[in-house]
Amino acid sequence: MTDRESPVVLPDDPSFGGEVQVDYPGYRSTRWRAPDRPLVTLPEELHDLAGPVFGESAIDEFDNDLTAQHEGQPLGERIIVTGRVLDVDGRPLRNALVEVWQANAAGRYRHQVDQHPAPLDPNFSGGGRCLTDDDGRYRFTTLKPGSYPWGNHENAWRPAHIHFSVFGRLFTQRLVTQMYFPGDPLFQFDPIFNSVRDPKARALLVSRFDLETTMPDWALGFQWDIVLGRGGSGTTPFEEQA
Amino acid sequence: MTLGRTPSQTVGPYYAIGLCRRPANELLARDAPGALELTGLLLDGRGETISDGMIEIWDAFGGRWGRCGTEADGRYTFVVAKPEAKDGSAPRLDVYVHGRGLLRHQLTRIYFPDEPEANAADPVLSALDERDRQTLVARQEGAGLSFDITMQGESATVFFDH
Repeated sequence: MTDRESPVVLPDDPSFGGEVQVDYPGYRSTRWRAPDRPLVTLPEELHDLAGPVFGESAIDEFDNDLTAQHEGQPLGERIIVTGRVLDVDGRPLRNALVEVWQANAAGRYRHQVDQHPAPLDPNFSGGGRCLTDDDGRYRFTTLKPGSYPWGNHENAWRPAHIHFSVFGRLFTQRLVTQMYFPGDPLFQFDPIFNSVRDPKARALLVSRFDLETTMPDWALGFQWDIVLGRGGSGTTPFEEQA
Repeated sequence: MTLGRTPSQTVGPYYAIGLCRRPANELLARDAPGALELTGLLLDGRGETISDGMIEIWDAFGGRWGRCGTEADGRYTFVVAKPEAKDGSAPRLDVYVHGRGLLRHQLTRIYFPDEPEANAADPVLSALDERDRQTLVARQEGAGLSFDITMQGESATVFFDH
């Protein structure tokens, strides 16, 4: 029964830095999908290629409020998730397109492939998007997503998370990742979370509860900044455009 | 002071909820001058099609961007145009491959089959050996183009560090 092995969570190893393992044994789906040849290095100047620019036309009303996209209110714990999109030098990235998707409060995605026997919510689709403001800030109103089981190994459950997709100014600043909630008891068992082997880098995936962001009598607030590097090396500084 | 980069995590199988809310696979109108259909399969290391992958195409010279999830049969389809050649580089499209099982998206390129001279002079393409080069050139198929992306193995597509 090799299909139902125990989770493989490798020991922390800060020497991996922020690099993500492309073939992580604990996450079984990487086995036949992660590239098995060395990646080819592009000339340095190609990392300066500008990426796509999105404008207000990419955004519809209620795209940043996942609790307001249907006639009724969805069930669950209402939350505000906000933060800034920055480059590694701390500069805000304005007009960055931030897209999110998540399970509902019961841990179920509105997707035909998700067969977890938890209820769908007719008032929750689970998708949103917004552009960052002049300060690089994004902000969503949504629900705390539930944890849910998955088929990776026996009794495998994902920690609660919101998927994020972000476009930076440069093409190679593209980032797709997942934001987690502080103190989740499932962290230590989750191969996807632990595929980031440096505990300091991994901590960057966890949001922070923030009482100031919390809206009295309305919603809990979480802060999570997103720092976009520029590709595999991630260390080369680049000039700010005037 | 340099901030730590936020690490990548897989796009997972349910990306369409957030990323495919609007169709975005036509980089230009299907009936626009120069519009071409580009289609292909996304394949894993066993040669099986990947039905929950997602392809993003950036035509940096034309300023056109698009995105397409793979279908149940692993196929993606775009409408693209051949960009102009620039600065000694052959016309090309930059491509990100996302999917369940990819902890980070992968970068590849699509070059055009009707540009043998420009392709031979392209600094990135010409630095590759023949096998690798072949994996980056689309095939003419009727009036359109075909480009399969293979993640691993003998016929694996070349991916670039990014």
